[in-house]
Amino acid sequence: MRCDVCHAREATVHLTEVVNEEVTKLHLCENCAKAKSEEMQSHFGLTDLIASLMDFEPALPEEKPHEVAVKCGKCGMTYHDFQKTGKLGCEECYEAFKKDLSGLLKKIHGADRHVGKMPVMSVGTASDQETLKRLHTELEELVRAEEFEKAAIIRDRIKDLEGKS
Amino acid sequence: MKLEDLIDQKAEWLKGEGPKAEIVVSTRIRLARNIKGHFFPGWANDKQRDTALEKSISGLKRTVSFKNALFLRMREMDMMDREFLVERHLMSREHAVDVKSKAVVVDEKEAISIMLNEEDHLRIQVLRSGFNIMDAWGAIDKIDQEISRYLQYSYSPKFGYLTSCPTNTGTGMRASVMLHLVALAMTDQMSNVYDAISKLGMTIRGFYGEGTEALGNFYQISNQVTLGHSELDILDNLVRVVNKLIEREEATRTHLLKNKKQEITDSVCRSYGTLRSARIITSDETIRLMSAVRLGVELGLIKDHGRGEVNDLFLLTQPSHLQKIEKKTLTPHERDIKRADLIREKLGERAE
Repeated sequence: MRCDVCHAREATVHLTEVVNEEVTKLHLCENCAKAKSEEMQSHFGLTDLIASLMDFEPALPEEKPHEVAVKCGKCGMTYHDFQKTGKLGCEECYEAFKKDLSGLLKKIHGADRHVGKMPVMSVGTASDQETLKRLHTELEELVRAEEFEKAAIIRDRIKDLEGKS
Repeated sequence: MKLEDLIDQKAEWLKGEGPKAEIVVSTRIRLARNIKGHFFPGWANDKQRDTALEKSISGLKRTVSFKNALFLRMREMDMMDREFLVERHLMSREHAVDVKSKAVVVDEKEAISIMLNEEDHLRIQVLRSGFNIMDAWGAIDKIDQEISRYLQYSYSPKFGYLTSCPTNTGTGMRASVMLHLVALAMTDQMSNVYDAISKLGMTIRGFYGEGTEALGNFYQISNQVTLGHSELDILDNLVRVVNKLIEREEATRTHLLKNKKQEITDSVCRSYGTLRSARIITSDETIRLMSAVRLGVELGLIKDHGRGEVNDLFLLTQPSHLQKIEKKTLTPHERDIKRADLIREKLGERAE
């Protein structure tokens, strides 16, 4: 059997992946497999899978420039960057790309809301009361300093904490 | 404790103990976690990755769970040592390359390990021998909660644990069970298994050979969904599916033993014979033949060796383990010779 990539050498590496009943087989020679081994070994198909779930089609150059790219305000990742790698840049990306991400998560998991455990620091315990007190003080300081963006983050965190208990 | 001490230690997942160990080799659960306020490793620059790494290490050092653990920085290890950890399932193959700002933490019993700065800041893993999902969950849940006292995780009430890849978002949990489905494979039933598993929101893949044909008929079944269901629901689901597979494999083994005893015995004994006489043997051939020997031991066709010994050989015959035993670098051909020597020594006829 010939290698699927170079079509020259004998294929000695055979990859099989099952995604939603679809069986994909790839036959590679040792050289091509080695060259690609990084992505092959664990992520083969994953990026493709995510890209296909995102209905991502290579953008036609004349369509794109008008659009304002959605960008994460914290780490600078654009949604386009994410589409390329399938990996997010930081925790704030979840907020920045919320709209698209919710749809994507539904496609992957059939849901977009977490049901499960939470870390100790988020659990409604006595230490939460301390955290709340600290956050309220911080909020007042930020408002006084007219740091409204930061204050909004703190306000949301307080809301989250209060909502839980 | 040093890395070298591990070689004399029996890896937790190879003990051959625990429920259904005749079919289930091991159970593994891993949790993906990130530290609040730090970019995910794949997007962070070197300095940011270093900062996150140091923060993780200092947080973990304060826990009781990792008081006597090994903290190993990838950069300070040579390729053979890294490969050694991969073979022992303490870290992924991806973690052994591009090693800047990466580390692995291994507890003294080798049952818990944490990869630092792989795809996520922390990848916590618990390994158990046999079919031990709930036991593994109890252990990892406790460790995870303890760590979260010292390191603040990226977590949102809506999306749960925030991970670099959206396929892990929510619980960040991947539970895998490694099964030896040799009878199902012999009777050509695996394609049905593949179909059924993928319909149930789980994945199945060959364990040896990185997603290629399932060498030695070892398969890994894991959950795919991480969001919208609680950890216990996800695990429950996996337990149910694995139980079905175990039942099927058991029934097929009984059937083979009853109706195809000569054929099975022939295949087991030929494999055993080859392993006991080979002078040069590759690791692939070893896994293939050892698979039949493992079945022989489970069916009582081979009585001289126990399950633990057999499981052990799967690990000791891997390239880095052979080199660790020999304490030097070996060429592939030298390894094939040493491997054959080691197998003859372990499976050779008893003196008495």
